[in-house]
Amino acid sequence: MQAPSKSPLRISWQALFSVLMFGFMYLPILVLGFYSFNQSPNSAQWGGFTLSWYVKFFNDSRILSALSDSLTVAFCAVGISAIIGTLMAVGLARYRFPGKQLYQGASYLPLIIPDIAIAVSTLVFLAVIAVPLSLWTIVAAHTVFCLSYVAFVVSTRLVNLNPHLEEAAQDLGATPYQSLVRVLLPELMPAIVSGCLLAFVLSMDDFLIASFTAGGGATTLPMEIFSRIRTSVKPDINALSVVLMVASGAVALIAETIRYRSEKKRLQ
Amino acid sequence: MAQTATQNQQTTGINVEFDVELRKVFKVFNGEIVVRGIDLSIRRGEFFSILGPSGCGKTTTLRLIAGFETPTAGDVLIRGQSMLNVPPYRRPANTVFQNYALFSHLTVWENVAFGLRIKKRGKAEVQERVKEALKLVKMEGFAKRFPAQLSGGQQQRVALARALVNRPTVVLLDEPLGALDLKLRKEMQVELSNLHQELGVTFVLVTHDQEEALSLSDRIAVMVDGKVEQMGSPSQIYDRPQTPFVADFIGDTNLFRGRIEGAHPTMLWVITDKGLKMKVQPANDTNGLPLTSGAVVVSVRPEKVNVGFSPPDGSLNCFEGRLKHVMYLGTHVHYVVQLLSGDQITVRQPNALNVPTGDTPVYLHWGADDCLALPE
Repeated sequence: MQAPSKSPLRISWQALFSVLMFGFMYLPILVLGFYSFNQSPNSAQWGGFTLSWYVKFFNDSRILSALSDSLTVAFCAVGISAIIGTLMAVGLARYRFPGKQLYQGASYLPLIIPDIAIAVSTLVFLAVIAVPLSLWTIVAAHTVFCLSYVAFVVSTRLVNLNPHLEEAAQDLGATPYQSLVRVLLPELMPAIVSGCLLAFVLSMDDFLIASFTAGGGATTLPMEIFSRIRTSVKPDINALSVVLMVASGAVALIAETIRYRSEKKRLQ
Repeated sequence: MAQTATQNQQTTGINVEFDVELRKVFKVFNGEIVVRGIDLSIRRGEFFSILGPSGCGKTTTLRLIAGFETPTAGDVLIRGQSMLNVPPYRRPANTVFQNYALFSHLTVWENVAFGLRIKKRGKAEVQERVKEALKLVKMEGFAKRFPAQLSGGQQQRVALARALVNRPTVVLLDEPLGALDLKLRKEMQVELSNLHQELGVTFVLVTHDQEEALSLSDRIAVMVDGKVEQMGSPSQIYDRPQTPFVADFIGDTNLFRGRIEGAHPTMLWVITDKGLKMKVQPANDTNGLPLTSGAVVVSVRPEKVNVGFSPPDGSLNCFEGRLKHVMYLGTHVHYVVQLLSGDQITVRQPNALNVPTGDTPVYLHWGADDCLALPE
């Protein structure tokens, strides 16, 4: 009997399955990218190569203002989450206090709760406490889930960290504050950065929560895209989607590279 | 001064300066008493070991000295100063942690310089002292590496340098060699001993490895169940154990349960539970008074037992048995002998030319000075 690994039939089945799977996953995106270079404004037919759609949306003031809103929301939400999320992860990992288990469970809930539930509950809550909707209410709502992601990534790193590092720092004369700033935070920095980049991508992506909590003329990029495609899909939206995907991919790649390099440095 | 019954006799009455003192220290974690009233006085420049099985509270005791734990009751002193309200970062003690706890984001050089930089020493001084410390542990060539790029033994050296560079009053070592393989451990033991002699700093070592404690220490405290069972020099601990636990934990021994039949100032007669009559050198009970009656455990070290193939002249401490197992170990031979009474005895003898085979009738005997009666 032949060894199964040498059978050419088996390998070709695996290859076929892989091709089908990747096709299923990425073909729509490739089609989108392809049409973003299509000169014809009508999506159905090919009218020659052009970059004009890219130029067009870069000159579109509504898209640019939506982009600036999105970036403002993402930077603010991630900035706040980076600080609170890191402190939360450190506090949960390093201190014992009553109700810690409950706190731990509750802090990761936003990862599981459906976006629509967060969106509706935030909207209702804001109405109850009579806060007018604005760009800053989106920031607040985004902070809720960004916080969980940052805390989650940081706490994963904390678990693998030597529990005696801060004691070692204090043993060498560092006050608790100095040992946090000069030892624990640098040791956690790769995790903090990759958690932030992950949260950043998710915040830039979010349509549902933003559309429920936006007010005062604030419009994020996904909201702007959604409002435009309700009429018809224009090639400039294709172009914008391609740019968004490339940017998200780049951010994810940076996050992964930082994580990989820090792991390599530690585990060489 | 807090004196214990187990205090080394040569120190009493002499004014010795102590670097570390524990006075009736207790530590309770979640209702569990981990350390029960420990009294220790560690002399300046001494290599002191705390030896005990895992879970005996030895690491907690070290952490009490370092300041990572606060005693539930009692006092911890360093150079005569109470440390009760002194946080770890102001104590003149530096610790070498079990898993080294090196800072992985800093290079070897930066790791060693950490303590000096925190104390805001001048640049030139930091440079010089770090270089000196790395040279001391033979790691000058690795200054620019990261800890992850070093082997376990090298990380151990960096951890040592990081503690020594601060010139602490006392260096605390928490099972520092536990993660190293046997050969490397032996090498590092020699180096630890050399470092201690060279620097003259007080070392407090926590270990469960009795051989390590015996070979390195000036004095040893044997801990069990949160208490110091016995404290003394390695030879006192090995040759004059005060409890059956210490006799059994330090080295190998044969133990016989029995009771005292007759007591004289210079010797005791003990009848074991299996009916063996032994002449034993007298011993003190836990209060330091001579034992005169009651239940005792007789300890006989394997290397103190003589083996003969014909009945010896005297009948003192002489018992007939059958050879059960012979283990040839190169430098010496282990015999396991079943006595006619049923007791099993391990005997260790230097390598002999003709090693006997199993089931040979043998006669074991030992002098009254070679065994000890210990209070039950």
